[in-house]
This record gives sequence, C-alpha cells and structure tokens, in this order.
Amino acid sequence: MSAELPRRSAAELAALLASGETSSVELTQAHLDRIAAVDDAVAAFLHVDAEGALAAAAETDRRRAAGEELPELAGVPIAVKDVVVTKGLPTTAGSKILEGWVPPYDATLVERLRAAGLPILGKTNMDEFAMGSSTEFSAYGPTRNPWDLERIPGGSGGGSAAAVAAFEAPLAIGTDTGGSIRQPGAVTGTVGAKPTYGGISRYGLIAMASSLDQAGPVTRTVLDAALLHELIGGHDPRDATSLPDPLGPLAAAAREGATGELKGVRVGVVAELGGEGYQSGVRDRFAESIELLRGAGAEIVEVHCPSFEYALAAYYLIMPAEASSNLAKFDGMRFGLRVEPSDGPVTAERVMAATRGAGFGDEVKRRVILGTYALSAGYYDAYYGSAQKVRTLIQRDLATAFTQADVLVSPTAPTTAFRFGEKLDDPLAMYLNDVATIPANLAGIPGISVPNGLAEDGLPTGFQVLAPAREDARVYRVAAALETLLESTWGGSILDRAPELEVAP
Amino acid sequence: MPTLDRNEVARVAALARIDLTDAELDRLADELQVIVASVEKVSEVATPDVPATSHPLPLVNTMRADVPEAPLAIADVLAGAPESEDGKFLVPQILGEDA
Repeated sequence: MSAELPRRSAAELAALLASGETSSVELTQAHLDRIAAVDDAVAAFLHVDAEGALAAAAETDRRRAAGEELPELAGVPIAVKDVVVTKGLPTTAGSKILEGWVPPYDATLVERLRAAGLPILGKTNMDEFAMGSSTEFSAYGPTRNPWDLERIPGGSGGGSAAAVAAFEAPLAIGTDTGGSIRQPGAVTGTVGAKPTYGGISRYGLIAMASSLDQAGPVTRTVLDAALLHELIGGHDPRDATSLPDPLGPLAAAAREGATGELKGVRVGVVAELGGEGYQSGVRDRFAESIELLRGAGAEIVEVHCPSFEYALAAYYLIMPAEASSNLAKFDGMRFGLRVEPSDGPVTAERVMAATRGAGFGDEVKRRVILGTYALSAGYYDAYYGSAQKVRTLIQRDLATAFTQADVLVSPTAPTTAFRFGEKLDDPLAMYLNDVATIPANLAGIPGISVPNGLAEDGLPTGFQVLAPAREDARVYRVAAALETLLESTWGGSILDRAPELEVAP
Repeated sequence: MPTLDRNEVARVAALARIDLTDAELDRLADELQVIVASVEKVSEVATPDVPATSHPLPLVNTMRADVPEAPLAIADVLAGAPESEDGKFLVPQILGEDA
C-alpha cells in the first residue's frame, strides 16, 4: 500500500490516518521514498529533512494514539517554499546571498503547521527572492516540469508545484506576489490558491513586495487547498496587515462546489484576459470550461476591466519599488554572505555593494535597480505615483465587475509551459506570463487556478477564478465545481495523464 | 520621460549598493531601457483626479496585545551572521578614513 499512498489527495490521506489504516510515519516515509526516487530528475527540493519529518510524524502518531483531538490534516506531510523561514531548516529564498542561512525562528504559518502535526518534508526551489515565472532564476538551478523535464514548472513557486505534481508531497506552501502560486499550478496541472491579501500571515515570509505578497496552498485538489488554507489562515497579531476577519467556510464551500451544481451563480468572463496573445489550446480549454459551468446552472456574463491593460506596467513599478526597499536588509552584516571589495578601503558601504554584486542574480539586480530608479528623486511621481493610481483604477474596474458577477474567470496563464531558456534573454516576454494573475495582487482579491485540460501540445492549462476581497469561499466553490465536472468527463485526475517519471533505482 | 542610459544605470546601481561589472552595466542598460519604456504607459491614465492606492486592504490602528514576549536568543541570532564578537555583530568600518 505505501507505494500508492503518494498518489492520494491530502483529504484521503487524512481519512486513512483518522481510521488508523496508515500512520504518519508510514505516509511520511512513502513521500521521502518518492522524493529519493524522482527528485534527482525534477529538482523540486533545495533541502530535504527526512529526520525532522519522521520525528514530527512519530510525534503526531503518538498524539493520535493518546486520543488527542487533532486537526483534519494532522500527520499529512507538506513541503514549504524556501522563501518561508523555518527554524532549524536552511532557508535561502533561492539566493546565493542566503546560502546556508538557518533561521532562528519560524514563520507564523510554519508554527501553525508544526502545531497541527504536519511533518515538513523540506524546502522547495524557487526563483531567487520569488522574482521570476520559471524557476530559472534560482541560484541553485531550475526545477523541471514533471509533464516534460525539458520545460519550466512555472514560477516563482515552481518547486512547490512540481513537488505536488510529481507526487513528492500531497501539500505544499507557495507565495504569490503576481501569480507565483497560480501560474505554476496552471503549467503543472495542479491547484494553487492565492488568498485575499492578509488572509494568511506574512510574518516570517522573506518579503519581496509587502503590499502584494500572499502565502497560500499548493495542492492537487481544490478541497485540499481549502483545508490547508483554513489550517494556516486567520488573524496573526505579529502581522500588522493580517485581516482580523474570519476566513469563511472554505472547505465547506469546496464540498458544496464538488456537487457540480452552480445554479444562480453569476460567472463573469473578463474580456481583457483572453484572445490575442493566448495560445489557441489555452483558449479552447477555457471555452469548454465555460460551457461546463453554464451546464451546471451558472449564468455566464461578459465583463470589462479596461484598466487591466495597465496592470502589468503598474505591477512592474510597484513590485520593484517595494522589493528594492525590502532587499536593502541584505547588506552582508547580519546574515548570509559577506564579500569584501577586491581593492580600496573595506568600509560597510563598499562591503554591502560588493556583497550584493556577488550575491544577487541577474533578475534581482534588474528589479532592485528598476525599483530604486522608480523611487528616486525626480521620477517618483511619474513612475511610482502613477502606478499607485493605476492600482485605484484596477480596483474600481473590479468593483464594477463584481456588481455584474459573483466571480470572475480567465485562463490563468497565456501559454502552457515553455522550454528552458526560451524567455531568459527577454525580461518583458517573461513578465507577460503573469498578465492574467497580476490584477488580483494589485487589488488584494483572492484567486485560484484549477487544471482544466491539456492544450494541443499535450501540456496542462489552468482556469482562474477570482472573487471579491474576503470572499475566498466563492473561488473554492466554483473551482471545485469545475474540477468535479472536468474529472467526470476525464474519468479521473488530470495528473493520471502525466507521463510516468523514471524512478531512480 | 528621461531615458535610463548606461550612466544613469551606474548612478542608480550605486544608490542601490550593487557593484556591477562593465558587461553587466551594458546589458542592464539595454534591458532596463526596454522595460522602462514599457512601464511608462501608466502615466497615460494616471490623471490628477485619480487618488493613489498604496495598500489593497488598508487597516488602521492595528495593535497587538501589549504583552511582553521573550526575544530571540542572542546566540541563535548571531549564528547566522558573517562575523560576530562579544555577543554583537562584527561589521566593517562604517565611516571613511577622513570622516
């Protein structure tokens, strides 16, 4: 049985644990075995903590045996993106500047995982400081897409998405600043949810852009995402932007949606997120999904968000501006790398510049310099100030659209997974991957990507559902409905159609 | 709008405290010019009547309970530092010779 365990959903595994049909130790070992078998090829993990995971699993088994009341996901192992600090586990954010750094504290969401008894399998690969859409900007080499090892797994959270897609972990943590949970979900045939801004604590996330960053679940099913979201979400007094509001009935919404019934739900198709620039297979699968939702009783309407045309531009001003400020802490003084200048006086300022010159990769340098420029005297109003106004316009467009529809939908990413190197020399082409996911971050609203088929190239596509702020339950309900409808036409999960990975002896 | 030429990239990189090689300066100047030309379009719709949004869901007067918590142990914090001495971070000279 244990070789089949990694193919089960987290909810199914939780049920097996509750009924005593498996133990957390057996489950955790099965996933560690799977990691040992396939991760040389996939490279989803930067660090695997077999010992720590098994110890945590044994402790959860002990608590269960003692009759303790445990959360539903207790004992189900999880992988954590390397941008989230973990006490005692190396945390690099994919950067050379933090190589070997072991944080002295846990992020709030990690504290909640540990308290709930979820063994942490290890830390997943990512674009350096979450800057990228392909994991090619990781200082430790790219992660490979389990559907085709010559292609990118998306980014920045490609490691978390690939780990889940390759059955190395049933659950993973991602972070989404402009699409880094949802776009990897789309290109790997997995589910990724970006909660309402502030829905999950940012305390202990290595910040890129503080007004955009949001942690969230990376899973294979919509229900698993809702369960994980409920476990790690909710107010945190250590994060001043953490919402005090209750999360809402997320897993209940996913279960309601899984009935495949959407009578009376108004689904708005965003006219600006589709058509030209979107791969034909992505468009075709999207149109088919819309027909399934219509068949389930949803009312389909078209909505317009004209300011979305400016979203990418606003994002590539606001995000670098905030990142340039957040990354100033990497100065070679308190943690990570320190490099002394090769000649001249060894002053703090010159050490900082030498350290950052040596420790930051290309994309980080590009964004920090762009952000510094956008914030510098004389340009601030034209760039950063204007981008903040676009943010207002996007919020207004969404407010209007949400008077016409309960949820908004679009393809998650304009294309399927591309080949390594295809967009490395063209930063703007890379940025365009996030064109459909960025508006949600600028507005702070929740979104999810759910797999909705294979394009003409045999690679997975994603379907995005967006809802108003604090209405995360709606995205889970509609995504779960689509998942149920699609799986009944496919006769199983989309990942059943992924090629088998070669297993290392 | 001003252009982000090679000299300007060098100036901004110095402000950002990032040493760049000549080759990096050449490449970044080319790439950033393309990016800046593309993001400039925000000014087309950013008219004076539109207020700025700095935060998607602003909260006000956010306070946590005024309860003391144990700080991190000094040894744990210094364990990640490039250099430390006597329970403190050891850093290079902060001021120049002539300061």
